[in-house]
Amino acid sequence: MILQPMETVEKELLSLGLTEVKREDNRLTVTLPADKLYGVARYLRYDRPEKFDYLIDIVGMDYGDALGAAYHISPSQTPSLVVTLVTRTGNREQPELFSVCDLWDSASVYEREVYDFFGVRFINHPDMRRIFLRTDWNGFPLRKDYNADPAINPVPPENELISDMERAPSITIKMGERIEEVHQVFDDDEYVINFGPQHPAMHGVLHLRVALNGEIIKKIDPVFGYIHRGIEKICESYTYPQILHLTDRLDYLSGTMNRHAVCLCCEKALELEVPERAHYIRTIFDELTRIASHLLGWGCMCMDMGSITAFVYGMRDREKIMDVFEETAGGRLMANYSVIGGVARDIHPNFQKRVKEFIPYMRKMLKEHHLLFSNNPIARGRMKDIGYLSREKAISLGATGPSGRASGWSNDIRKIAPYAAYAKANFDEVLRTEGLTYDRYIIRLDEIEQSLRIIEQLVDNIPEGAYAAKTKAIIRLPEGEFFQRVENARGQFGVHITSKGDKTPYRVKFRSPSLVLVGALKAIATEAKVADLIMIGASLDYVIPCIDR
Amino acid sequence: MEVKNIRIPNMKYEDFNDNEYLEEYVAELRKNGVNIFVGKISDFINWGRSNSVWPLTFATSCCGIECIMCVGAARADFARFGWEVTRNSPRQADVIFVCGTIVHKMAPVLKRLYEQMAEPRYVMAIGSCAISGGPFKSSYHVVQGVDEIIPVDVFIPGCPPRPDAVLYGMMQLARKIKVQNFFKLPQQPQIANSSNHDTTADGNS
Repeated sequence: MILQPMETVEKELLSLGLTEVKREDNRLTVTLPADKLYGVARYLRYDRPEKFDYLIDIVGMDYGDALGAAYHISPSQTPSLVVTLVTRTGNREQPELFSVCDLWDSASVYEREVYDFFGVRFINHPDMRRIFLRTDWNGFPLRKDYNADPAINPVPPENELISDMERAPSITIKMGERIEEVHQVFDDDEYVINFGPQHPAMHGVLHLRVALNGEIIKKIDPVFGYIHRGIEKICESYTYPQILHLTDRLDYLSGTMNRHAVCLCCEKALELEVPERAHYIRTIFDELTRIASHLLGWGCMCMDMGSITAFVYGMRDREKIMDVFEETAGGRLMANYSVIGGVARDIHPNFQKRVKEFIPYMRKMLKEHHLLFSNNPIARGRMKDIGYLSREKAISLGATGPSGRASGWSNDIRKIAPYAAYAKANFDEVLRTEGLTYDRYIIRLDEIEQSLRIIEQLVDNIPEGAYAAKTKAIIRLPEGEFFQRVENARGQFGVHITSKGDKTPYRVKFRSPSLVLVGALKAIATEAKVADLIMIGASLDYVIPCIDR
Repeated sequence: MEVKNIRIPNMKYEDFNDNEYLEEYVAELRKNGVNIFVGKISDFINWGRSNSVWPLTFATSCCGIECIMCVGAARADFARFGWEVTRNSPRQADVIFVCGTIVHKMAPVLKRLYEQMAEPRYVMAIGSCAISGGPFKSSYHVVQGVDEIIPVDVFIPGCPPRPDAVLYGMMQLARKIKVQNFFKLPQQPQIANSSNHDTTADGNS
């Protein structure tokens, strides 16, 4: 009998002496003590034929009596398989875990985030600074005993001191000896310039500190948190239908898809049967959102290269989609359309007609965009041979979505684990191999074409019937941990909900695809010219409010 | 009473919502009478000022897409009102659109940007986050409305507001500019001065 990948992993984990291995639909949850975590992670990462080389997310947890973290990992060869390693530490005063940032590049930012929210310090992590909050912030906000009194943390009158921002503490254990030290991110003689937080080409309020050698970038230090709204903490006091409204505002350009993820996660937990009609409508809405997002991303990238015309063209085409949204859902950018169990209301009688008018229009415009810009020798010259991201690096960084696919990493959740009506549509996952800026640029336009294909196949076949399943007035998720991924316009968007059976969740964590893309920027733009920094950033197309949450 | 000299093209005086506010404002401004010569010159200058307001490109969140990008692009097109010269430096800007949530970490930066703008300067709070904290009001890290930090001239509600709403807010600000006496602009509230400018993170690169 040939073992399924999941069973193989389960057997291997059991042979390692781990007892608490739980299986739920397509996910293995392994609970293990903190001192075993690094060894098991290392084994899964390097020592087996099918390497778990993609760290999806690290979810910090407060269990009440203990603090801990859950690591979602996945092999790039069998991307539908997800293993969750759960570990905890009983020490609430000085919680410490071992860092895995030498195994996965993306772990570095995730661990900083866990430290910021829960105060768990990671041993052997070189840079244990807070990631979103200021260094002078009192307390760790996502702990259950956090005191949210505004008198403790008032609105600060002054900016943080740069010298405070640069102090990176670390704990290392070498040969059984524990060393605690603080080092500076930049040396004193380095020439450092600030980009942002208010910068016209920064796509939001990202703050990049860049060390230069002439015009070559030596080091990039991104500073996040200028739009950190604490959404995950707010979610803990909101009911599930209320949470949906916050997810739209995470990555506002793919709001519909983020909302879809939370709806799917709740529906999976409730074992709710969603009508086929709702699946179709949601899929069409997702794809329209993807087109709108890619058009905006394309326009902004062209604008960053100096072509305002492209931006205006992109916005013009986007308005057509906004009209469709407005007619059916009532909102333009924030459609607020999916609800748990289906969609908020039925589609407008004009919906299908409008969408069918839009498809040939967009195809015609795509040709024009290629003619005007993709084949423009100046634009191609700018994008040629710049910003190389290898496949291995993309996987290790967790750079999903179009940015990862431009490097040849097949990571499309719509193909890996089809949700909604994606299994019923025939479409291609666009893959490129070079991993250069031009590939990341052209892949977005190619994905628009694929999205049009999906819409074209679905729009005429929307089944009749109810548009939403009946749910109870108060939605209570059963006790447990639920994880759901969807493909949003920037990559894999994940929702992790821990429920204790109440009407509000115990913990909600969103996996932001944009956070790791800034990590990718750090990797790509080092050794590039400073003039290309903005363009490389635009080619990755990150959205800052999704990073900061 | 209809306030004179504040004609906005294509929009009747009665169609605006809060005319009483403007009338009270005018009554207050003209309490001591205005020299006719100074008044006429002031009207002329204000006509120019209100038709070439230069906004700062500043957006933190979702409202930036709807309110700066959409209003700036082809369909809504704020160039019709003379607002299209967006400036990247606060020193050249007349108005700051506060689009999106302002959080604790951003608050000093916003204040710095406002201080860097030359007077007369105006502030528009766009979207419910900028007005009151909006959907994130219960958060530990969100400022409950930008008027806690800087004075605001026009509030535009919505989450996010439609581009039309932003255009309406722009017209309201234009009306406000038109009734002011340019030579006796109202005193701007003093904001606590920031020190150690050299060592803090600069708001503007």
